[in-house]
Amino acid sequence: MSRGKKKLPEVSSGSMADIAFLLLIFFLVTTTIANDKGILLRLPPPPDPLQEQLDIKIPDRNIFTILANSKDKLLVEGEPFEGSMDELKEDVKKFILNFGKPTPEGIEVYNSLPPKMKAFVNANGRDPESSDDPTSLKSIVSFKSARGTSYDLYVGILDAMNAAYNEVYASRVGITTEEWLGLDRSNSLQKEMYNRGRSGIPRAISIAEPD
Amino acid sequence: MPKFKKNSNTSQDIPTAALPDIIFMLLFFFMVTTVMRETDIMVKQQIPRATQLTKIERKSLVSYIYVGEPKNVVLYGSEPKIQINDVFITEDDIVGFVNTEKDKLDEVERDQITMSMKVDVDVKMGIISDVQQELRKANALKILYSTIKRVAE
Repeated sequence: MSRGKKKLPEVSSGSMADIAFLLLIFFLVTTTIANDKGILLRLPPPPDPLQEQLDIKIPDRNIFTILANSKDKLLVEGEPFEGSMDELKEDVKKFILNFGKPTPEGIEVYNSLPPKMKAFVNANGRDPESSDDPTSLKSIVSFKSARGTSYDLYVGILDAMNAAYNEVYASRVGITTEEWLGLDRSNSLQKEMYNRGRSGIPRAISIAEPD
Repeated sequence: MPKFKKNSNTSQDIPTAALPDIIFMLLFFFMVTTVMRETDIMVKQQIPRATQLTKIERKSLVSYIYVGEPKNVVLYGSEPKIQINDVFITEDDIVGFVNTEKDKLDEVERDQITMSMKVDVDVKMGIISDVQQELRKANALKILYSTIKRVAE
């Protein structure tokens, strides 16, 4: 190496930061954080004209009815309801966990509950005028809105009904509702937990067509 | 007054040589996370809030239906309208739309198609119910009411 070597030509990188800033601001402005969350609902299949309508008789005590009219007023179990969605959620929860006249499957479900929930049942439930037990067709939460009901209220009630079920499932396996919603069903351990929470208590939410 | 002589040789500048690197890092983050919006939403979209949210696992199975009052009231009126891709449609076109969306998917996945309903809070249930009846006819039974997370007070 000769000592008198000439200085290498350099590209000035001083404005690099400015260029990067410009691009950064462009992407900051155009970014929309994708919002792909929501309340999942499965619609019933279209009515089959060949199949006769099955008329299953379900006693009134096993159906928790929520009606919403076009003025966004609620009628819950035949009584006008003025409370908050949280109170509605609690009412639905009490209805699901009533165990008024449990069938053998219902007793099995009851025995599988953790002590805290058994205490909840014995403190709030056991009403012979309310649902028999949480197994299929023995407790149904039914919601009917009118064509003029606002979408906001509809989503609110849907949310409250789902929240009641999710709370029951979550406390059954001893986790919080947040953790329950975050369960990853592709993981076998978490899937087992999910199935354990739901076994015997189907999410019986019936949504009637508005008229 | 005592004389203080400042004779430290340390420079007071913050070195800015690493600044471009930091900015580039941020830039790449935003470049990667950015999703360019492919449709122009022509209806009002104030999405309702809820607490019990589920996340969609497979984004490729999702198609969007936007419902709301048109932003351009002078041109389209103030009645809520249904928007799909870039156009307003009527209820009768929904079956056709679902079928084209299904055709884009693999045959085995067609039943799994999820319709994401992005509906404005001011919309009434009548139009939503009509849309759902059409979706039932088109056999797209999984629907997702798009909502934002409500933080409990």
